[in-house]
Amino acid sequence: MSDLLQLSAVDARAALDAKEITATELTQSYLDAAVQTEALNNYVQLTHDKALEMAAASDARLRAGTAGPLEGIPVGVKDLFCTEGVETTACSAILKGFVPPYESTVTSKLWADGAVMLGKLNCDEFAMGSANETSVFGPAVNPWSQSDGPDLAAGGSSGGSASAVAAQSALLATGTDTGGSIRQPAAFCGVVGMKPTYGRCSRWGIVAFASSLDQAGPFARTVADSALMFSSMAGFDAKDSTSTNSPLPDLASAMAAGVKGMKIGIPVEYQRDGMDPAITKLWEQGQAWLTDAGAEMVPISLPHTAYALPCYYIIAPAEASSNLARYDGVRYGQRIEEGGTLDDMYEASRAAGFGEEVQRRIMIGTYALSAGYYDAYYLKAQKVRRLIRNDFDAAFAGVDAILTPATPSAAFPLGVKQDDPITMFLNDVFTVPANLAGIPGMSVPAGLSSDGLPLGLQVLAGAFYEDKMYQVAKVIETQSGFSGAPQRAAGRAHS
Amino acid sequence: MSVDNNTVKKIARLARIHVDEDRRDALAGELNAILSWIEELETVDTDNVEPLASVTGHSLPIRDDVVSDGNKQEQVIANAPETTSGFFVVPKVVE
Repeated sequence: MSDLLQLSAVDARAALDAKEITATELTQSYLDAAVQTEALNNYVQLTHDKALEMAAASDARLRAGTAGPLEGIPVGVKDLFCTEGVETTACSAILKGFVPPYESTVTSKLWADGAVMLGKLNCDEFAMGSANETSVFGPAVNPWSQSDGPDLAAGGSSGGSASAVAAQSALLATGTDTGGSIRQPAAFCGVVGMKPTYGRCSRWGIVAFASSLDQAGPFARTVADSALMFSSMAGFDAKDSTSTNSPLPDLASAMAAGVKGMKIGIPVEYQRDGMDPAITKLWEQGQAWLTDAGAEMVPISLPHTAYALPCYYIIAPAEASSNLARYDGVRYGQRIEEGGTLDDMYEASRAAGFGEEVQRRIMIGTYALSAGYYDAYYLKAQKVRRLIRNDFDAAFAGVDAILTPATPSAAFPLGVKQDDPITMFLNDVFTVPANLAGIPGMSVPAGLSSDGLPLGLQVLAGAFYEDKMYQVAKVIETQSGFSGAPQRAAGRAHS
Repeated sequence: MSVDNNTVKKIARLARIHVDEDRRDALAGELNAILSWIEELETVDTDNVEPLASVTGHSLPIRDDVVSDGNKQEQVIANAPETTSGFFVVPKVVE
């Protein structure tokens, strides 16, 4: 059955249409793969029975000729998306036992298009982290970890999604990206991760972290699979006031178009001191591939790049401190009551229910928004955010897309960077600016480090120009010839 | 702007998170490390810069003021730790 796991979503979809395989067979293969690779801890819940029921319904629709664009495709769901009747915890103790009575818009759209839900995937608690280490379920493990070496981080916050897609225990997966939470784990695990333009995918039914930055997006093994899934996830939703009804560009034509004549911006500020030389080399290689394919490399400047991270670490915690005020032990989740006042109950429930990193960010955000500090922190950060956005607007007046590294390093061993929050924040140095500016960004696996670990290149485009991003990403995928073959994937000897 | 033991107590209170007294100093250190790094922003000239609150550029849509959903009391309270007669229950707030 392991050859079924090798099929891309596009090929699996064609094989289902051609009646060469059934959705039930495909789903069963993925459920088996998830069990086989459970040491990777990328699933927090496998919805075995539901998956097989959905697959049987897909097979019926395939026979009836009413199949949707994702019919029969097994998908894993980050545990930040509310799934009706299926426990949704945001990987936090405070939400343990929460069973949503409704379905998020994005997952509803996937099921309406025929996708099959495999289960809920591990992530950092409330999506706050860069190594999946803040999850109450423990970290997801990168399937590229050597069986005789230390367990490597899958990245975060969507670490379970990246790990499962790379390990072939999910064909596609949903993620969310607030500061790099799709693109960084995708780069660490050697898969394609895409954060759409802010407003493309509805945020309704997704556990909120920082509402002005959060955006859902797809994980896939190929650029074409990513486009297929994105097309299903995106779309206007009246239930999200920041949802946009801008029509989706033609991604299929874009991917077939090549990059001849395109102008690709290379930002000077992204060459950082102390960056892994393999990353610099890969970035140069990416530029060479695109040049060979007929694109023109244009040096550009994004002068406020250095301020993106500190700006983000005011805005995101500030919004989080407001969003997470709802976890009060009254309406849902864990409650600790020791006979005191209502406030005592709030304080005890939140102290016990939130992990350390989440508490730290809530406190930073509370401080930044508190009387006397609002102007100095939050308002200042919003002004810097404007300047960062202006940098991109100026750049996209002269280029079609921007090419950068996705991360400053390859995947690191779990546990080692935990003590220093700022070092951990630096993982997001290349990804955070796109969230602040609201533009789309995509991480494409492009090569290997000297230790044989995957490295990604990031493609950025102007708001609502996902087509240009896919156009460039497709050429990088073709030129790099990257083949994801992690040692601990399903069907391999040492999983 | 430096956070001390007392400020941690105040922030924790505002955030409704209980922080044990013996953890406050350590937390003050961690918050100060993050805040001093964030203060790098002070060096950016933002005179006459309009704050950016939303990247979408469009104003928030206003829907018709009509009831579009409801009668879901059971679902609303289904996840509550404690309920009675269709209400959420909290510790006594009025004597």
